[in-house]
Amino acid sequence: MYIYDEIDQRLVEERVAQYRDQTRRFLAGKLSEDEFRPLRLQNGLYIQRFAPMLRVAIPYGLLSSRQLRALAYIARTWDRGYGHFSTRQNIQFNWPKLEDVPDILAKLATVQMHAIQTSGNCVRNITTDHFAGIAPDEIVDPLVWCEVVRQWSAFHPEFAYLPRKFKIAIAGGEQDRAAVQVHDIGLQARRGPDGNVGFRVLVGGGLGRTPIIGVVVREFLPWQHLLTYLDAILRVYNRYGRRDNKYKARIKILVKELAPEVFRRKVEQEWAHLKNGPATLIIEEIGRIERRFTRPGYQKLEPIAPEYTLELGRDKGFANWARRNVHPHKMPGYAAVTLSLKKTGVPPGDATADQMDAVADLAERYSFGELRVSHEQNLILADVRQSDLHALWQEARTLGLATPNIGLLTNIISCPGGDFCSLANAKSIPVAEAIQRRFDDLDYLHDIGELDLNISGCMNSCGHHHVGHIGILGVDKQGAEYYQISIGGAQGNDASLGKVLGPAVSQAEVPDVIEKLIETYLARRDSDEERFIDVVRRIGIEPFKEHVYGLNHKATESRSRQLAAA
Amino acid sequence: MASIIKQRKVVADNWQLLKPQAGGGAPPIPESGDIIVPLAVWLDQRNALLSRPGRLGVWLGGDDEPALIAEDLKNFGVVAVHFPQFTDGRGYSLGRLLRERYGWRGELRAIGDVLRDQLLYLSRCGFDAFALREDQDLQAALCAFSDFSEAYQATADQPLPLFRRRFLASPDGMEWS
Repeated sequence: MYIYDEIDQRLVEERVAQYRDQTRRFLAGKLSEDEFRPLRLQNGLYIQRFAPMLRVAIPYGLLSSRQLRALAYIARTWDRGYGHFSTRQNIQFNWPKLEDVPDILAKLATVQMHAIQTSGNCVRNITTDHFAGIAPDEIVDPLVWCEVVRQWSAFHPEFAYLPRKFKIAIAGGEQDRAAVQVHDIGLQARRGPDGNVGFRVLVGGGLGRTPIIGVVVREFLPWQHLLTYLDAILRVYNRYGRRDNKYKARIKILVKELAPEVFRRKVEQEWAHLKNGPATLIIEEIGRIERRFTRPGYQKLEPIAPEYTLELGRDKGFANWARRNVHPHKMPGYAAVTLSLKKTGVPPGDATADQMDAVADLAERYSFGELRVSHEQNLILADVRQSDLHALWQEARTLGLATPNIGLLTNIISCPGGDFCSLANAKSIPVAEAIQRRFDDLDYLHDIGELDLNISGCMNSCGHHHVGHIGILGVDKQGAEYYQISIGGAQGNDASLGKVLGPAVSQAEVPDVIEKLIETYLARRDSDEERFIDVVRRIGIEPFKEHVYGLNHKATESRSRQLAAA
Repeated sequence: MASIIKQRKVVADNWQLLKPQAGGGAPPIPESGDIIVPLAVWLDQRNALLSRPGRLGVWLGGDDEPALIAEDLKNFGVVAVHFPQFTDGRGYSLGRLLRERYGWRGELRAIGDVLRDQLLYLSRCGFDAFALREDQDLQAALCAFSDFSEAYQATADQPLPLFRRRFLASPDGMEWS
């Protein structure tokens, strides 16, 4: 955990006081709806379908047990006893009252938390790899750099009223687990020619209405220049990004309209003025932030704990879970564990206050009192001794948090959808549940193997459907809720955007379509090793399309083309 | 006479702000008095403006390029930046550029849809004068400047970021605070 110093704490408290006064003036009629909107958004408060929604920042997904207990307290006191972990590693409460929000923020401040810049047209929560700091393959610990960027972005006066929201992700090494290619800015740590640390800088990626993979504006930026370079990119965007149409206001559109080369030149010109200026980072600051992170006091352990091996052989249920939900760790004898929030029948990413308290206890007993939120909307205990895994699994099972489905079809990423969100065209949660029910057989699920299925209730794409191996998008068809299915999307180093399969289908038909996609995959795969996404890439979407829509879909398509042309 | 906030005080103001005419044409220039003219008018009527009595100011819109007046700044008693809507953040960058890149030391005024809750960030970007929207309570708005007592970033009003000030105060521990 990064531990606040006196200034970090003071700023968060001053923010609470500022927002309390803004809320008071709004309720007294001294601030109009329009004037209050950006103020409340920059404090995480949306006005939703039924009630306001408060999005609380979990910087780069890192939480302490104490903080999670505070979230449980908030869920119980001001909400309906649960919270929703989002794809941006934050938590959302769906039922707070507008007038209670200052008190909620004050409670958060007591545990070094806030809701600053979790919405609005500003720099949002910095996200990273949920295995940051423990992954065997990373060049730097991205958590330190996330905190450097968090402090730079917090209350940045020049960039509080950008054309649109702005998301930055940081990956600690070559293997990208932070989706850097689909962020407004993606930073990927690498080593330069002299072995010094720096970042590859990508700009203009994003999902949403116009999904697009980011372009590399700089192959290597030495770490000292990180903040001045961010200032340069943001300034070019702030000045030249479109403000006439909110659907064309993201930086990706600016990069595209100017052409990446022109955009890069503008950034470099701006940076030439800022480079080596006072915002140039110094090693003492990196060291200071590094030292403010508490670090687990690892024991010296054997690489493989004998009792772990023994239990794996003895207990099939445990072995199944370990295969999917236990992940490698850089320290010998330790492992990371995913607690699945994707149990069938529970909205993906939801956790009750009781579960939060229980997970806080688990984290304390098994993982140095810390946990992480993954962008796949699960919770992760990052530093568990292998010898404790069996006991942890048993406890997690009683809590309903041990579904062995990480990386599998039922580990569905989903936005809250039309049940909660006023932007949504269609519901997401019942669709996720229907699919989970259809694929409830564990052996079948494991046989299907690695598969990311992502659902968004509208084209704002909060459920990241474009980068799901199977993506489901809620659309509105003459007032009825329909779902457009795409396949072939992926996140990570070989990121790609899914292709639409064909005409949208009704809610009831979705599980059948998924089943047919799986049948096609199983029939066409070369071996168990070949994943769904590999098969789609090898044979294209046509065979899937034929199996879903029937052989005559081509005839139908050409007929409708003729009709359209007539 | 209108009032504005200047250097965190409510003061009377007698600058006259000239705006383009409805059709976009240049506004008529009054024979005397202190005026703030649109950038295009300055670029067009430079000599006439310099020879008239009364002080001269210029104002930039969000699209305007501050480099165009970089060499002319000595002629102005005020430089203003127009905010068509308070959510339009371009002017924040223009403020910093005028202060930090082009070295403008005189009055930098925010005009247009200028509201209380944006004053602090505007001042951090170099603005020291604010012609607030008519309905705003100027006296009450003064509180906004003290919403925060510290800031992380290097900005126009604080050229060193917090981490450099910390380092200067305590190079070894960096734990000053």
